[in-house]
Amino acid sequence: MTMELNIEKIRQDFLQELEKAASVADFEQLKVRYLGKKGRVTGLFKDLKDVEAQAKKAVGQKINTLKEKVEELIADGAEQCRQREERRLVEEAEVYDFTRPAAAGQGSLHPITVVQREVEAVFAGMGFTIEDYVEITDEYHCFEALNIPKHHPARDMQDTYFLDNGQVLKTHTSAAQNAIMRKYGAPLRAIFPGRCFRNEATDACHENTFFQMEGIMIDTNISIANLIYFMKTMLSEVFHQEVSVRLRPGFFPFVEPGFELDIQCLICGGEGCPTCKQSGWLELCPCGMIHPHVLEYGGIDPEKYTGFAFGLGLTRLAMMKYGIRDIRVLNSGNLKALSQFTVR
Amino acid sequence: MLISMNWVQDFVDLSGLDLDALIHRFTLSTAEVEDIFHKGSDFHKVVAGRILSVEKHPDSQKLHLLKVDSGSGVADCVCGAPNVREGMVVPFACAGGRVAGQEIRTAKVAGYPSEGMCCSEAELGISADHSGLMELPEGTRPGTDIRDLFAVEDVVFEVDNKSLTNRPDLWGHYGIAREFAALTGRPLRPLETADTARYAGLPAVPIEVEDREHCLRYTGLRVDNVTVQVSPINMRIRLFYCGSRAINLLTDLTNYLMLEMGQPMHAFDARRVDRIEVRRFDRPFSFRTLDGVDRAIEEDTLMICSGGEPMAIAGVMGGESSMTMDDTTSLLLESANFDGVSVRKTSTRLGLRTDASIRYEKVLDPEMTADAIGRYLLLLTAADPGVRVASRLSDVRVRGYDEIEIAFDQAYVDRYTGIAITGDRIECTLTALGFGVKREADGFTVTVPSWRRTKDVTIKADVIEEITRIYGYDNFELQTTLSPLRPVMDSAGRTADRETKNLLADKFGLHEVHSYIWCDAARFREIGVAVEDNVSLVNSIAPDHKVLRNSLIPTLLTMIQENRSFSDHFGIFEIARVVEGRRSDGSCDEHKKLGIVLYSRGREEKDLFYEMKDMLTVLAAVQKNRALTFLRTETPDHAWQHPRNTARIALDGETIGFMSVLHPNVKNQIDRKAAVLMAEWDMDRFAACSAAALDYREPSRYPGIDADLTLLTGRGIPFSALQAVWKEQSAAGLRQVRLLDIYEGGDGRDSVTLRLTFSSDERTMTREEVQQVMDELIRRFEEKGFQLKR
Repeated sequence: MTMELNIEKIRQDFLQELEKAASVADFEQLKVRYLGKKGRVTGLFKDLKDVEAQAKKAVGQKINTLKEKVEELIADGAEQCRQREERRLVEEAEVYDFTRPAAAGQGSLHPITVVQREVEAVFAGMGFTIEDYVEITDEYHCFEALNIPKHHPARDMQDTYFLDNGQVLKTHTSAAQNAIMRKYGAPLRAIFPGRCFRNEATDACHENTFFQMEGIMIDTNISIANLIYFMKTMLSEVFHQEVSVRLRPGFFPFVEPGFELDIQCLICGGEGCPTCKQSGWLELCPCGMIHPHVLEYGGIDPEKYTGFAFGLGLTRLAMMKYGIRDIRVLNSGNLKALSQFTVR
Repeated sequence: MLISMNWVQDFVDLSGLDLDALIHRFTLSTAEVEDIFHKGSDFHKVVAGRILSVEKHPDSQKLHLLKVDSGSGVADCVCGAPNVREGMVVPFACAGGRVAGQEIRTAKVAGYPSEGMCCSEAELGISADHSGLMELPEGTRPGTDIRDLFAVEDVVFEVDNKSLTNRPDLWGHYGIAREFAALTGRPLRPLETADTARYAGLPAVPIEVEDREHCLRYTGLRVDNVTVQVSPINMRIRLFYCGSRAINLLTDLTNYLMLEMGQPMHAFDARRVDRIEVRRFDRPFSFRTLDGVDRAIEEDTLMICSGGEPMAIAGVMGGESSMTMDDTTSLLLESANFDGVSVRKTSTRLGLRTDASIRYEKVLDPEMTADAIGRYLLLLTAADPGVRVASRLSDVRVRGYDEIEIAFDQAYVDRYTGIAITGDRIECTLTALGFGVKREADGFTVTVPSWRRTKDVTIKADVIEEITRIYGYDNFELQTTLSPLRPVMDSAGRTADRETKNLLADKFGLHEVHSYIWCDAARFREIGVAVEDNVSLVNSIAPDHKVLRNSLIPTLLTMIQENRSFSDHFGIFEIARVVEGRRSDGSCDEHKKLGIVLYSRGREEKDLFYEMKDMLTVLAAVQKNRALTFLRTETPDHAWQHPRNTARIALDGETIGFMSVLHPNVKNQIDRKAAVLMAEWDMDRFAACSAAALDYREPSRYPGIDADLTLLTGRGIPFSALQAVWKEQSAAGLRQVRLLDIYEGGDGRDSVTLRLTFSSDERTMTREEVQQVMDELIRRFEEKGFQLKR
């Protein structure tokens, strides 16, 4: 058989086999059979060496044409086959249910944690160090160092829990002031969130265990004007809106002058509503200029330094933020309530 | 405390000013006002009416049919008052009028027309007396508006008592008037008193102050020939508006003076009390106070006595036996000053807080006792001109408060306030508040008035408050500080708290809770947990909340029990403080702990055990890049821990806490069918452990080879025994061993499947090489008794 005939025979065979190829695998086999190392088209090139010199070029071209044709047809066929297969996979695919409820399993952080972090972030942004402090302290730190001497009515007002070793559960976060002043000295800006305790009966509005956050700022020229500025700026951040504040005289032995800071009611905007008892203002945080005696007890020279202090009720803020009406929920461990706080 | 603006205006002229606005300023500059009442403001067509005729109602025992001359005509009126009589002049509310919130209309009453209402004092809202019609003076012209006859119209406001704690001078109207004078810049009138000096020739009331520590001053005066019993109407209205009850002239005047000057006073019937001893007793006794209650008086209570017999509890309340009665004609007046702490203790002990004791607690000015008597005498004489003073002003002064002089300069005020307040303004404010002010260049020297120096104003900063509150905080310009700002890094402790909470909630789906620092004994009993001995509260009002907790876990277990209906599978955690007994100096050994409890009804206890262990391992791995060591112990610290499945947890060689299965004793109380796992560790120790440096290795460029291996082990053999085989002696190219599966076979042996990963940094390892190492490992396993499963 001449080379030409042989080439024609292989072409015919190939076209016949191509007809039957139905899967990607069939095409792979076809490729091996014709174009592989021992494939029939590859074999033609080996046979070319026996062709006489003057015909070699023409025959070689024919083989090349065949090879290109085979390659092309296999590639096209395989491609079509792949596309068919993919179409089938899509068409036969199961449609899943996007409406099925997602599996639960989210945990939750306590609402106090969430609110505390928010407030801390505001103060950290203004350069305040955040301090942790013990819950059990002594009368010196809780009272004396805060200019509340023995027999002062403020001690009765605070309903202190006393322990059988003579210590007390801290009644306010101010109990940390002395230790923090002694730790850092002046100038100083720090906040110290913490849990406080008052020996009183609990109801929807009263808890014996609650959270406060105290802040102090001390430097050579801290003034009342600074205090008002800082309180307004911080509270606007905390409430995510511009708040109006007003100061009234308030009596706390560890500040002089002492203030009650009110913010304009966020619910009615100052018009008067049940939340603000129609006054347009909400009493929010006691504050004041740190009493010179308190600075002195803290080892800071009151002639050189002045400072302000404020106390925020974290528990109260959390209740305001989330509309929690019964304060007892917070320490109840009731997951039907607490597990809702999944969002930061 | 209730304040009458009429009363205030006895002392400062506020005419032409908006009283409501002024009261609002009082809130911002002095003390919080809780409410404002506009008394008598709605009175309309309430006039004096003369009763022309009284006829009995034909069908009623009580009702009468009246004709009343209201000045603008004669009205019919059906009236039920018992004291009604012809010719009487009474307050009459005409039809179409209004009185104390009530609309008056023409109506048929018991079948007869009634065109108005004859009023009692209660109906006018000026007293609680509704026993009968109020009787006006006989000559009163019918038709006269009632508001022209006496002071029913008034603006009354209520001040929050708490905001007056530090201001003894504000417990009377005169002190409040001084504030309004300073706020408005108008002068304060002096307090008028009777001249008591003219009685200097009369005998003294014998006053003996035995207890010189708790009585600072005692001033007394005897007055005879009292004939008037009822106080003037305007005085009674003021007392009523300010929350007091009119009794009789002598008593009303003591209350009036207390409300006016803040000085508590007491009127003794001179038939019972003709001498005074201020003393304490060394034994307890019973004493009947003027409210008719027998009270147990403890020893050492300061008493006012006469001839050795107790007559009053000093500063708290008088006795029944010596109080003034309707037939009292002679009185012995007390105006004294007692130690605030002593009065507070007595009143707390007796559970009896009175208007007097509340004032004494605030540490009153001892200088005002004599003036109060002079004022009492002036008002008494005005109401009852026939009275006769029967003693000289008898005054025992034990001690007063030292004069206080405070020096400061303008620069101090500027620095403290941050704004510019002029020297003239400072002087003006302080003078209005009663301070003596001397100025020299930029310097001020002020003397504190007696009513502010008992405790309130002692240092420069106190004076700043006086200047700024009258200046008004609303008038301050806001200013930021010039203090340098430094970056703030979170402490290790706070970072650990935050990361731990985030991991537990976000990765493991746990819920954060808060609980109490004490054990709830009742709840512990319910779940079979004994309260362990610890530091305790001595004054808890809840008997079950006494002992401080030494672990978070028992409280968390009570919460687990309460939340069983929440879900079949959940976990809770808390980071909070516990007390582990006392330190060597006696103080509480306080620690911040992390407590975790897992609960499941669906999963096996064993699965939950490994879930907890994985969780703790992740906490340490993520934050510390360290492995935890679990050291099993058969002697756990607490009875609620499982005696076999409890381990101490160590981090970098230090024990930080424990992990434990719940003891069946407790678990069966909570839920027989559930599994409960617990862990607790010390957050301070955890935070203090440094994080190991990350040991980064460039991944090998050559492919690795995995080889799986299943070994047979005896039940109960710990994994660490297997681990020892490849840990103790290195194997060439072995990079990692992973536990794929543990199958518990029926023959009491477990099949443990491991996947060993081999690779080299220099070249591609061959199967043959790996097989050699594997063969060696298998030999070592078998040497230790772990057979290869084929």
